[in-house]
Amino acid sequence: MTMPTTASGHRGLQLEQGLIFEQDTPGMTAVDLPQAPKVNERLGGLKNTQPIGLPGLSEPDVVRHYTRLSQKNYSIDSGFYPLGSCTMKHNPRLNEKMARLPGFADIHPFQPVSTVQGALELIDTCATWLKELTGMAAVAMSPAAGAHGELCGLMCIRSAHEASGQGHRKTVLVPESAHGTNPATAALCGYAVEAIPANAEGRVDIAALKAHLRPEIAAVMITNPNTCGLFERDCIEIAKLIHDAGAYFYMDGANFNAIVGRLRIADLGVDAMHINLHKTFSTPHGGGGPGAGPTVLSAKLAPFAPVPMVVRAGERYDAEERAGYGAAKQSYGRMKGYQGQFGVFVRAVAYMMAMGIDGLKQASGDAVLNANYLLARLSAELTPAFEGPCMHEAVFDDRFLKGTGVTTLDIAKALIDEGYHPPTMYFPLVVHGALLLEPTETESKATLDQFIDSLLHLARKAKSGTAEAAFKAAPQLAPRRRLDETKAARKPILRWLPKSGDNGSANREAAE
Amino acid sequence: MGQKRFTKDHEWIKVEGQSGTVGITQFAQGQLGDIVFVEVPTAGKVVKAGGEAAVVESVKAASEVYSPVSGTVKEGNAALPLAPETVNSDPEGAGWFFKIEIADAKELDGLMDQAAYDKFVAELSA
Repeated sequence: MTMPTTASGHRGLQLEQGLIFEQDTPGMTAVDLPQAPKVNERLGGLKNTQPIGLPGLSEPDVVRHYTRLSQKNYSIDSGFYPLGSCTMKHNPRLNEKMARLPGFADIHPFQPVSTVQGALELIDTCATWLKELTGMAAVAMSPAAGAHGELCGLMCIRSAHEASGQGHRKTVLVPESAHGTNPATAALCGYAVEAIPANAEGRVDIAALKAHLRPEIAAVMITNPNTCGLFERDCIEIAKLIHDAGAYFYMDGANFNAIVGRLRIADLGVDAMHINLHKTFSTPHGGGGPGAGPTVLSAKLAPFAPVPMVVRAGERYDAEERAGYGAAKQSYGRMKGYQGQFGVFVRAVAYMMAMGIDGLKQASGDAVLNANYLLARLSAELTPAFEGPCMHEAVFDDRFLKGTGVTTLDIAKALIDEGYHPPTMYFPLVVHGALLLEPTETESKATLDQFIDSLLHLARKAKSGTAEAAFKAAPQLAPRRRLDETKAARKPILRWLPKSGDNGSANREAAE
Repeated sequence: MGQKRFTKDHEWIKVEGQSGTVGITQFAQGQLGDIVFVEVPTAGKVVKAGGEAAVVESVKAASEVYSPVSGTVKEGNAALPLAPETVNSDPEGAGWFFKIEIADAKELDGLMDQAAYDKFVAELSA
């Protein structure tokens, strides 16, 4: 298929749009500014000698510029977005309305505590729900997102070890099936990291875990459900092994959306777990807004939680801001400015209250059901990496492409032509040529069926043995053809530069 | 000596006397795809057999390069970070990662020779 070229560079109603600096018309402005009055200049030799480079555009040009850019964004509001492990689900608009209430949106973190009692109550309410849903003793609300929550948990663990004379424990165990942030967090916290292999089922290899547990192990970090979309069914035994070795059990709760309302984290023997409010409890994320990673803690770790913490004194709320005082006597200190991502707390509370416990339980059930529906129907042509059933995400390997010349990457690019955001590829690393799909609970059966039909069609086309060239050329219908990822990584152009002596038009070659 | 030995993690070591040159295998570079970033160890770094010694990143994945044996790094391949594509074009030659002073030559006995490694790779691809 050859695509026609156009004189304008536009393709149908997909409009090309250069950088705003490339559209500069010197002197053009959207408003009439009065002539600057004459003043005595006191800048000495510091006065600008050259134009500062702000582009001049009319108001309609500026409006079109940003509208066109917004149309280049593929988002959950435009279509199905099955990016594995990212939980790209619909976020109810009600949450947005609540977060924009002036009493929440217009307050300032430096206001006297007496004037923000409602905001502190909201943080306390959010904390109460999270403790109730996990059965854990305490929760640190301030971590800014998932990996920050992991760091919070490990800092609590380090403090607890130091307080009990176990500061010599310098190694953290992380299974291969864990999130990539886990080893990064442990390293940032000053720990050496050792990997535990996965077994053929895609779960933690208990024998290998036993072999690695020894007196210098500070903690074990396990993602559950793991990135293979599987529940670590030996979790309770794992917890016992860890505790018997004098270490703490950190559970990565990024996939909490698959188990909310189904089990209590405390019953698994977990000592610390972060919760991605922006995933499980529904806040736009991934370029759409900040996250929040409150970290639930067991009674043993609770005393070391970071400040600030909201404390309740009778009918009133207060914020303990100082480590070493009051409720924060043994706190390791502060890791985030102010009270955390307050706007995300508002959305999470709105979501939890609207859903109720029964609704949250149904959401996790539907997330798992949808993933298993994908797994079951796609298994007609694709090869599942593990024997089902799965949890909230389904992972396929590339055995179904063997001998076709078509790769996982080609399938992902062809899905763009079909109108879908590609799933996560080549992750988890333990699965060869992985395609990791997370449909989430907010997609309808009709949407899933359309997507499945597209993917089955592509799989059959790849297996036909006659379409390799077409796959290598995909995407053909997107605003851009296949980008040179290798060149982009090896020789990135990180800075836009105007052509010298040509203030108006940019170096388009460099920009592309 | 002067022969190549291989690990299950797809590193090779070419032994010459008390020292060895280490890199990743042809099979490993093929699995990784286009390599875009490489970090090699500096001279003097002490590494353990199976311990992290270098980093390799491709368009698909970032992974560690483990040292096949314990010892002290004598030299990292300074040219490699500037031209990571060499690992794709010549993984078992100019794409070497580091040279190491071998602490315990007996560790080499636990590694595969070329024939055993070829068989190992053939089983993985089956």
